[in-house]
Amino acid sequence: MNWRGVKAIYMSEMGRTIRTIVQSLVSPVISTSLYFVVFGSAIGSRITDIDGVSYGAFLVPGLIMLTVLTNAVSNAAFGIYFPKFLGHIYELLTAPLSFLEIVLGFVGAAATKSLVLALIILLTATFFVDVRIEHPWWMITFLVLTCISFSLLGFIIGIISNNFEQLQLVPLLVITPLVFLGGSFYAINMLPPLWQTISLFNPVLYLVSGFRWSFYGIGDVSIFASLAVVVAFCIVCLVVIWSIFKSGYGIKQ
Amino acid sequence: MNESMTTQPGQTLISIKQLGKRFSNGFEALRGVDLDISEGEILALLGPNGAGKTTLISIICGIVTPSSGEVLVNGHSIIDDYRITRSMIGLVPQEIHLEPFTTVWKTVCYSRALFGKPSDPAYIESVLKDLSLWDKKDSIIMALSGGMKRRVMIAKALSHQPRILFLDEPTAGVDVELRQGMWKTVDRLRSNGVTIILTTHYIEEAEESADRVAVINSGEILLVDEKDALMRKLGKKTLVLNLKTPLAAIPDSLAEFELQMSDDGLELVYEYDTQRERTGISSLVQGLLDAGIGFRDLDTRENSLEEIFVDLVRQDS
Ligand SMILES: Nc1ncnc2c1ncn2[C@@H]1O[C@H](COP(=O)(O)OP(=O)(O)OP(=O)(O)O)[C@@H](O)[C@H]1O
Ligand SMILES: [Mg+2]
Repeated sequence: MNWRGVKAIYMSEMGRTIRTIVQSLVSPVISTSLYFVVFGSAIGSRITDIDGVSYGAFLVPGLIMLTVLTNAVSNAAFGIYFPKFLGHIYELLTAPLSFLEIVLGFVGAAATKSLVLALIILLTATFFVDVRIEHPWWMITFLVLTCISFSLLGFIIGIISNNFEQLQLVPLLVITPLVFLGGSFYAINMLPPLWQTISLFNPVLYLVSGFRWSFYGIGDVSIFASLAVVVAFCIVCLVVIWSIFKSGYGIKQ
Repeated sequence: MNESMTTQPGQTLISIKQLGKRFSNGFEALRGVDLDISEGEILALLGPNGAGKTTLISIICGIVTPSSGEVLVNGHSIIDDYRITRSMIGLVPQEIHLEPFTTVWKTVCYSRALFGKPSDPAYIESVLKDLSLWDKKDSIIMALSGGMKRRVMIAKALSHQPRILFLDEPTAGVDVELRQGMWKTVDRLRSNGVTIILTTHYIEEAEESADRVAVINSGEILLVDEKDALMRKLGKKTLVLNLKTPLAAIPDSLAEFELQMSDDGLELVYEYDTQRERTGISSLVQGLLDAGIGFRDLDTRENSLEEIFVDLVRQDS
């Protein structure tokens, strides 16, 4: 293993975040705070508790997931798209680095950033609502797996995108709807039966549900179904990335 | 990751066998290239636009995957033992590709780390000083001039102390001063035993720097030769004379010069060999004066690469 190479990619990606700290950390924190103010306090006060949890507190896991998912995807996608677009990807291809090492560097950095962001938002949330975490280890496990798997997804998007529109379209058209319809703001038993069934095909639902369960012990689906989905998602992404590197698609001629 | 085999100067370091590349659009950029490159030499790859120079280099460095054939670097396959071969190679690509927001120092150190080498600030400092980049070490890449960026590209390629350096058109868009500085760097590297492969469109450039020259066209190596031998073959120049008054026919007294005349009779063209002791120019001028032919202007030009290729292909067949 070329660990120095992995570390170099990782540190350089982290350096990029620090250069753009406002974009990377401050703006997600501000926007989530606004969600808490608007939905949690203003509207939430008119909404009854869900399964014994106040609406503001109920929102916390969903909002963290919303932020983590979109940021993991965009960070990783941009991280690899940027050198591809500007051409300095040649350096990665000529260096003695395996595909695994390149992925480890970029995805590791994107996942770390999303994880830090999640923890900051969690901290912010405690200023607005009473947050309790019943199963901290499950919470961490879910969070880490989600950060990794969606960073992997972002990496794939970054590699197959040929222009900035494509780079932004997938997160906008796919990720955001999935997250909004994935029970970030509601429990699915609040939906009509047909939509409940449709929601079960949304992988994000399982993530949000599992994550919320680790906070309050309540979820739309069982914790093991949630775990299975996130692990399966991770594996699918890895296989896709492996085949991309194998064929050189999008990076090598 | 040790380099198990070591070679002596003059021994084959890179061995290219029947290398072929067909791009996904069906275009065949390389057709069965065979080429051996020796340890410690400077090889110039000479060829016109689209000849396949960059493609050849890109395959050896790992940017493009070959369609057929193989390349061995120090006896190791560039596919199976890519870690070994790539750690020996530094590449300065034809175009400048740099991350714009980082600093010179950081980007050069980053390159070294990608190659798995422990950090060595003293070495990086010496590279930057050699390339006159030391006072720019904390500058943001974006704020550098084109020539400075090109030097940063060279510094990055040298950051991991490669044994082999590929320079893809190192002098494109570079001013005279930098060009000379670059040749000095090349000389210094060469005396340290680094094997250098450079591509160029210009015969003079190959002449100036290389030990051997490989001529490539349409994905095929037309010939590989010691530079001196090649210059003798290729060193032809053309002299164009613009006449004061149109000429009806070339006088017999000038027959030995095998002159060409333009249709309007206003231009005479003489081809001569720069490598020969006597180019025949002075006797031609004397002959013209004797025949009473006055000329307004004269111009010499190097044979263009295209003409040389036509020559080469003709000689081949
Ligand atoms: N990705 C690609 N897909 C299809 N054809 C390509 C690709 N890259 C290069 N080619 C073609 O392969 C041929 C060789 O290109 P290459 O870049 O190797 O030439 P070169 O000798 O470096 O030329 P130049 O002197 O202009 O740099 C060209 O005809 C080019 O159009
Ligand atoms: Mg080229």
